[in-house]
Amino acid sequence: MKRMKVVAEAALPTTVVDDSETTVDQFRSKTIFGFWLYLMTDCVLFAVLFATYGVLHNNISGGPSGHELFSLPFVLVETLLLLTSSFTCGLAMLATQRADKKQILIWFGLTFALGVAFLTLELTEFTKLIHEGNSWRASGFLSAFFTLVGTHGLHITSGLLWMGVLISKVVRQDLTPGLIKRLTMLSLFWHLLDIVWIFIFTIVYLIGAR
Amino acid sequence: MLGRLNFEALVHDPITMGGIVAGILAILAVVALMTYFKRWNWLWKEWLTSLDPKKIGIMYIVVATLMLLRGLADAVMMRVQQATSVGDAHGIVSSDTFQQVFSAHGTIMIFFVAMGFMFGIINLILPLQIGSRDVAFPFLNSVSFWLFIAGALLINVSLVVGEFAAAGWLAYPPLSELKYSPGVGVDYWIWSLQIAGLGSLLSGINFFVTILKMRAPGMSLMKMPIFAWSVLCAMFLVAFAFPILTATLGMLSLDRLMGMHFFTAEGGGNPMMYINLIWAWGHPEVYILILPAFGIFSEVVATFSGKRLFGYKSMVLALISITFLSFVVWLHHFFTMGAGADVNAFFGIMTMVIAIPTGVKVFNWLFTMYRGRVRFTTPMMWFLGFVMTFTIGGMTGVLMSLPAIDFQVHNSLFLVAHFHNMIIGGVLFGYFAGIAYWFPKVTGFRLNERLGKYAFWCWVSGFLLAFMPLYALGMMGATRRLDHYEASMGWQWLFIVAAVGVAVICVGVAFQILQIVVSTLPSQRRSRLDLTGDPWNGRTLEWSTASPAPVYNFAVIPTVTDRDAFWASKQAIVDTKLKAVTQKYSDITLPRNTAMGIYIAGFAGVAGFALIWHIWWLAVVGVLGVITCIILRASDEDTEYTIPAAEVSRIETEFFAVRSQL
Amino acid sequence: MAQLDDKHQSQDSQPDSADAAGHGSIRSYTIGFVLSIALTLEAFILVLNHSFSHPVVLVLILIMAVVQLLVQLFFFLHLDRAAKAPWNIIVLLCMGVVISIVVFGSLWIMQNLNYHMLSPAETEKYMQKNEDL
Repeated sequence: MKRMKVVAEAALPTTVVDDSETTVDQFRSKTIFGFWLYLMTDCVLFAVLFATYGVLHNNISGGPSGHELFSLPFVLVETLLLLTSSFTCGLAMLATQRADKKQILIWFGLTFALGVAFLTLELTEFTKLIHEGNSWRASGFLSAFFTLVGTHGLHITSGLLWMGVLISKVVRQDLTPGLIKRLTMLSLFWHLLDIVWIFIFTIVYLIGAR
Repeated sequence: MLGRLNFEALVHDPITMGGIVAGILAILAVVALMTYFKRWNWLWKEWLTSLDPKKIGIMYIVVATLMLLRGLADAVMMRVQQATSVGDAHGIVSSDTFQQVFSAHGTIMIFFVAMGFMFGIINLILPLQIGSRDVAFPFLNSVSFWLFIAGALLINVSLVVGEFAAAGWLAYPPLSELKYSPGVGVDYWIWSLQIAGLGSLLSGINFFVTILKMRAPGMSLMKMPIFAWSVLCAMFLVAFAFPILTATLGMLSLDRLMGMHFFTAEGGGNPMMYINLIWAWGHPEVYILILPAFGIFSEVVATFSGKRLFGYKSMVLALISITFLSFVVWLHHFFTMGAGADVNAFFGIMTMVIAIPTGVKVFNWLFTMYRGRVRFTTPMMWFLGFVMTFTIGGMTGVLMSLPAIDFQVHNSLFLVAHFHNMIIGGVLFGYFAGIAYWFPKVTGFRLNERLGKYAFWCWVSGFLLAFMPLYALGMMGATRRLDHYEASMGWQWLFIVAAVGVAVICVGVAFQILQIVVSTLPSQRRSRLDLTGDPWNGRTLEWSTASPAPVYNFAVIPTVTDRDAFWASKQAIVDTKLKAVTQKYSDITLPRNTAMGIYIAGFAGVAGFALIWHIWWLAVVGVLGVITCIILRASDEDTEYTIPAAEVSRIETEFFAVRSQL
Repeated sequence: MAQLDDKHQSQDSQPDSADAAGHGSIRSYTIGFVLSIALTLEAFILVLNHSFSHPVVLVLILIMAVVQLLVQLFFFLHLDRAAKAPWNIIVLLCMGVVISIVVFGSLWIMQNLNYHMLSPAETEKYMQKNEDL
């Protein structure tokens, strides 16, 4: 009931200062909460793709199965790259908190480079599969595989685009609360993509290559 | 260069051509009138680029009304076809056109009428009701609206350029796959829904955050009006169900565009997975539509019974349980697909369980009326009509939740009658009640009651005439989507009754339009002006402002101490004029108008059109356009303007002066 | 229900202290990073060495994925600090529920449908394989 009192006290002032524009607190800004909710909906989208992959993964239609296609060491490198980029993205946010522009640029720059490396590897894998005649047209399994992994790749691509825009903003302008908020949202996005990749790594590659 | 697009896409059969010509003439007439009265600038500045949710709400409702007329025209064609296409006669349209008509009817009515009315009313009322000046993300709100428009445009363009889907409103594969539907119809369906659905998803996030983060101080969740609760639950469903639709439509379009094998009958695809996924979205969608209608009825009943809503807590609990349960019943849409008894039994039982919280709500409404001073206004009439039709619909629904019975009536007109019972009698009546109830808040004057009641009686009797025969026909074995049957079936007289029913509904719609036109006439309007801002003796915060509400909604954000916040303050405040004079006002910051939402949705629509017709360069242009617009908008720092305190004070003093004279 | 209520629009506008912005510390990020790498490598090695029978490996690597999910939620996304904002947690949990329903529901339904559509020969094979008959 102490809580109720707090609410009542908070209610006393008659004008409301909307703190959403000034706060950069990950857990108080309504913009960041809205973005968090968007990320949740994105997870549902991935869940549907995972479910479809789960249903179709045996429908190889006479084509190759994951066991024949996937090279685990290659994927491990991809995974470690993305994991490291998630870590450097966190360090970039620590620098943002200290308002240390140079460090922000270094760490986000590194994150960007790791993201590009990841994407390059993924595209290499895709090209290789397609050249071997195992494109998404080959079977239900490959359709589901390309769509699931490709959707993740598309998210990484848009994340990189966003990161590029924000990096150029950090170079050109002051660290306004608005900019910090956007950097925070980008970092949430990036961390979440890493989490999604853990499941792609486990369910698609590790289990598929068994 | 133009992909699949060629001159032949513009050639149609006579009936469609008639529709196209009528549509184009109507558009030309509007354009001419706008130009003659020099209203283009006004339209652009005051409406299209506005970020004010009250204006966006009105635009939603206008578009939804237009789409209702389009959907109704489709309904009339279907009823006429089925009443006349017997034995040697073959009705008014070809079999192929008929398939497009019923596909368009379902798609339009759900996505562009019901969803349009829903988001319209939410935009109009929700911020006012929770004591907020705006939604959480005003610009995003505009983007959502224009994505909705882009989707609606695509579906109407299909009438002129090319064709629409002939695979039903949910486009089941393998029929909707390239092999069996090689034309552009299914692509129109996909991209229209994909774009409008994206808008809905963004709206869902927007309103969810608005309710959670922008309530007036003191309004704890359990002091929140029940309409806001119903919207909170519905938006939760939007946020978590629409991604399923996005992914499912995405996979179907990948099948069609890139030759994938998700839902094809060959190559390792599984069409049943599509049906599973589309209903995993589709069932929550039903509740997305009905929950806000429940909320509206709760407000209407409490206001016009002059009582507090009976059983508020059980109402909230019922809403939450319906929200959860709506995610675990989707298989009842395909009991007959071949799952075993265990699966069917589970989903059958869950479906029956969902009737319990719904029943709780109906009883709560009835108990709210009990010993109340009930005023039988138009919104209340819609409510009473709803209770009757919804109860019939609920009973037939529970009937069909038994898999064994569902096997008998699946895919028959019995099912068609059932879901129209829920969606017309539940959803549409709810939104009509809401529009009648909040009309004075939006425009400043009440609607003509007499014409409203005529419209109501036409709708209810027309509805019963049109759909009760379908229950009987379903039992007699008439399947849905029939474009022709043999005279020996003995069905024709029932189909004719149903056709008469739809004619009566048309009269009802005519009365509704007449009602709005007549009520808007200056002479009529004067007698029903709402100067107090509170024409119905309302209970919630939206009635505490002027009608129409000022652009900033509340000059001073109210502090809430009670569930029926405005009701409580009415008991407390003695002299409103004194309050107005002594009140200190401060500057109010609001978002500036912007056309960026129009551009983003415009490019999205162009990309959709290009993907339908395989015009790849144009698709690239569209996507790049969207990205560029988003980046430009994100770089725009000057997005707000300020209303000075003096101006606020002037507006408010004026309002309170008028109110205190009454 | 009142407990659910967050202090929306709170008037708290004190400057954010070092940790309040919710970005954690270098220590938490490093712990999270090391744990994640360890879990990834472990799952990888488990699969490379076929030292376990398959079902065990399957369950183990799924568990490790979930553990890594939790590790990242806590050390990268700092959800432990979100006590001030229960709604972030609530929508996360709701998302988990919805995802479980959609994923496991779909798998259950589709598996059941496939099972009921097997030809007699396939049924026999299926039963020999899965039901020890």
